[in-house]
Amino acid sequence: MRGEMRHALLVAIVSAIVLAVAPALIGTYTLTLLVIYGILALSLGLIWGFGGILCFGQAAFFGLGAYTYAIAAINIGESTVPFLLGIAIPFLFAAALGAMMFYGRLSDVYLGVITLVVTLLFFRFMNSTAGPEYVIGTARLGGFNGIPGFQTLNVPGDPSGYIFGDAYYYLTAVALLIVYLLVRWLLASPFGRIAMAIRENELRVELLGYDARARKTLLFSIGGAIAGLAGTLYASWAEIVTPGMFSLGQSAEIIIWCIVGGLGTLVGPVIGAMILAYLKFALGQQSVIDNTLVLGAILILCVLLMPRGVVPTLGTELRRSFQRPQTGGTRRRPGASPAERAHV
Amino acid sequence: MDLAAIFAVEILYALASLVVISSGLAVVFGMMRVINLAHGEFMMVGGYATIVAVKSGINIYIAMLIVAPIVVGVLGVIVERLIIRRLYGRLVDTMLATWGLSLLLIGLASMIFGNTTTGISPPIPGFAIGRYQVNGYSFFIILAAVAILVAMFAVLAGTRAGLVARGAMQNPAMASALGYNPERVYMLTFFAGSALAGLAGGLFAPLLGLVPTIGSAYIAKAFITVISGGASVIAGLVSSAVLFGATSQIFTLATTPMVGEIALLLIAVVLLRLLPQGITSRFFRGAM
Amino acid sequence: MINRRTFLASSAAVAGAGILGASAGRSLAADPIKLGSILDTSGAFDAYGKPMDMALRLAVDEINAAGGLLGRQVEIVAYDTQSDMALYTQYGQQLARVDKVDVVHGGILSASREAIRQTLRKSGVPYFYNVLYEGGVCDRNITVIGVTPSQQVEVLIPAAIKKWGKKIYVLAADYNYGQITARWIEKFAKDAGGEVVQTDFFPLDVADFGSTIAKIQGAAPDIVVPALVGGPHLSFFRQWAAAGMKSKIPMASTTIGIGNEHKVLTAEEGDGILVAYNYSPEIVSPANEAFLKAWTAKYGNTDQIHEIAVSHYQGIHVWAEAVRKAGDVGRDKLTGAIESGLSFEGPGGKVLIDPKTHHAVLDVHLMEMSGQKLKVLESFQQRQPSDTQGVCDLAANPDDNTQYEIKI
Repeated sequence: MRGEMRHALLVAIVSAIVLAVAPALIGTYTLTLLVIYGILALSLGLIWGFGGILCFGQAAFFGLGAYTYAIAAINIGESTVPFLLGIAIPFLFAAALGAMMFYGRLSDVYLGVITLVVTLLFFRFMNSTAGPEYVIGTARLGGFNGIPGFQTLNVPGDPSGYIFGDAYYYLTAVALLIVYLLVRWLLASPFGRIAMAIRENELRVELLGYDARARKTLLFSIGGAIAGLAGTLYASWAEIVTPGMFSLGQSAEIIIWCIVGGLGTLVGPVIGAMILAYLKFALGQQSVIDNTLVLGAILILCVLLMPRGVVPTLGTELRRSFQRPQTGGTRRRPGASPAERAHV
Repeated sequence: MDLAAIFAVEILYALASLVVISSGLAVVFGMMRVINLAHGEFMMVGGYATIVAVKSGINIYIAMLIVAPIVVGVLGVIVERLIIRRLYGRLVDTMLATWGLSLLLIGLASMIFGNTTTGISPPIPGFAIGRYQVNGYSFFIILAAVAILVAMFAVLAGTRAGLVARGAMQNPAMASALGYNPERVYMLTFFAGSALAGLAGGLFAPLLGLVPTIGSAYIAKAFITVISGGASVIAGLVSSAVLFGATSQIFTLATTPMVGEIALLLIAVVLLRLLPQGITSRFFRGAM
Repeated sequence: MINRRTFLASSAAVAGAGILGASAGRSLAADPIKLGSILDTSGAFDAYGKPMDMALRLAVDEINAAGGLLGRQVEIVAYDTQSDMALYTQYGQQLARVDKVDVVHGGILSASREAIRQTLRKSGVPYFYNVLYEGGVCDRNITVIGVTPSQQVEVLIPAAIKKWGKKIYVLAADYNYGQITARWIEKFAKDAGGEVVQTDFFPLDVADFGSTIAKIQGAAPDIVVPALVGGPHLSFFRQWAAAGMKSKIPMASTTIGIGNEHKVLTAEEGDGILVAYNYSPEIVSPANEAFLKAWTAKYGNTDQIHEIAVSHYQGIHVWAEAVRKAGDVGRDKLTGAIESGLSFEGPGGKVLIDPKTHHAVLDVHLMEMSGQKLKVLESFQQRQPSDTQGVCDLAANPDDNTQYEIKI
């Protein structure tokens, strides 16, 4: 356990250096979004890669966090309480949804459908709130156009001390590092061990006397809270929240980040999110080929050529070039051995 | 009274259209455990195939019922050979790959066809029930849904090919020991599923404003219908189509389309909570 | 070629904004004026975005061929937002901070406009939003060229009532534009002695209208007014025709045709639908003739032209006119020129900027769909954006920065 945490600290320090140098290459404005998406990908990477819970609706928590923040910020003004609510509400909602699913023994693709349907429900509902009757406090929900014009994040206690630009980037970068370390710590704890054991064999863990349902619910809620945090940060970055955050496309994108980056790792999804989001940003600057087409082709190639994801594939390649050649490369997902995936 | 008749037709039509939309996905998921997220785009391709065929002078029925399924079926085989074949047994990977495929197809279609392809009109005129007009083509869709179900049942239960297909899905090693090639069976099954998607696209072409992104209007519905149905291909498809089609249409008629859609989604949540493996895990067990 | 060039130009700007930009910027006295463009040219909204992009390039070509502005050429810096709202925010920042453009034209959906409006306002980059929308934006940094509901509905609904009868059934897309337009329809119907018997709202991805068609028959209105938006909603018109309803109840629409929908429908399905817009290719005027000729010369045919593409084209020319008048591209002088009764004779008629709202006073043409074309029945000169004028007065409150919900 201590070894793992040392490893995690090393990863965090390297990442911190990378994040600190990055603004020299890419504008902080875009970087901020990449980091926020990284946090979002981390939330799914945690519950899916380590808890075995395939959630098609991570966007629901992302959107819920953003909407909670926006609505609370309009009503309250000062951003500290809205910020905390933006994490707490998705946590509670995920806990309720998780309890409903896990105590109902839902698993596998059926679980995927429920989470998908819940996301679609949010999407539909938010889209149809354009009328003046949809108000929470003084905040109009705004339907398809979303909610603009709320108080963005400020220095706690000072409503006019907005945090924006470079400062906001460093804030999100620190948030990402803290979340990463907390998740690492969680996974190294007995709770994390059991969560991974549940992923491998739920029945066996239950027979050992652990309550798998409660643990899965808690893990799912933590994932929800992290996604909510990402949503909160997003709201403050974009200065507008729209129902598109709940869309099927958004949900799919989070899943894609995880797979492209490498499932069963924590760094993988973060990197996957950053690469793909940046790619999308870079693609929009050309108008030679239809961008939807390019993105589609990249996804297909990723699955076919790097089935384990970028990070594990690169990790294996690196290790191979440093060590003597291994025999019979494994192409199985996620990760080749538990030891390998626990350390990335 | 006339209005009640119209409403009854509309409810029946809603069930039928769910069957038509979902059948291709149901075959591919039920038999092969592959979720084809490009299903909506396969329908879109079927729609364009139909329109192009009709514009080049082919009879509309031949275009819908033969050209569209064959075009999309062939597309399906190509996709299976190039992509799906490498990913069997990896549900999530196939979903990602087919999601990528759906984006690719949307991009291709909008480069080839643009957004202003003139559609074709339904070949059957509307007619009156009492004081009310009804879309004659609705009856054709209902008929087509019944035909699809009968054909699926006949092939799976009544023919040697169906038997081999089911056998190869359940135990590929045994099937190949008996001299059947599971790879070929997978390919043919994916062909059948894609052809059904193409047929659905063809059948709906006269009713839709066909644009490259139209597939997204269908994929979620088809997905929910198929998964909620459960493991049995036909019984699952029929039972969930009846449940969802009737619920959403009744709510739509009584209130607004938004309530109808939300009712459908809520029913799906409740249903899966009560029957975590889909409808056919509890009812119609062992049915086909 | 143009695509390739702008691609290279913009990637160079990204790769070496610091190095290349600085040295190249100072070397020439007449360095180009930078026009930022931000449109969805791929993804779900590309039906609107692609022709707008074509219109933009045509307009800029024309400006440059005529010697540019103030002796400088105009250079396009274009971004494709891929129908993704998060990209609007990013490219908005990119245009304002990295590319440092002199003006931004673009944004399609209202949400996309709101995503970039504040950024551009803060950075002092003038912004032109050239799309038909729900009205109410009050901000001196923005100029709106599109038609607003009152301009359009005020012409359409009384004409329909006069022609067909008093009872109206409204079908509207369930989002802000639809909701607000539905309320305007109700108001103008009442003013013209008619009444709205029922209004139904549809989520944007509903493609099956069988039950709705049954319900409409139950209500037996004299007129159906669809304010439906996007590909799936287009299915309504086909299913309506398929049910044989076309000969029974006539239609007047506030939206069909904006994205060239009348070309997707067959003539039998579309004929006879009444609409009211600022533009139709059938308008007979020297300005429109010249526009159609230029478009054909550049793109081969005129198939892609639609209402908002022309709106966008007019927006760019209005901006160019303002630059000429101001003798400067900077915001302060430009705004002064915009507020000085600026006008431009466009393909859709005279576009006059109302100084109090920064919205356009436009000609609105009552049209009927016929043989996949928009046949002009009657032209209404210079309609005021009265909805926005009712809430917004930038002369009195120059610091206003809100989108008002217009009370009706």
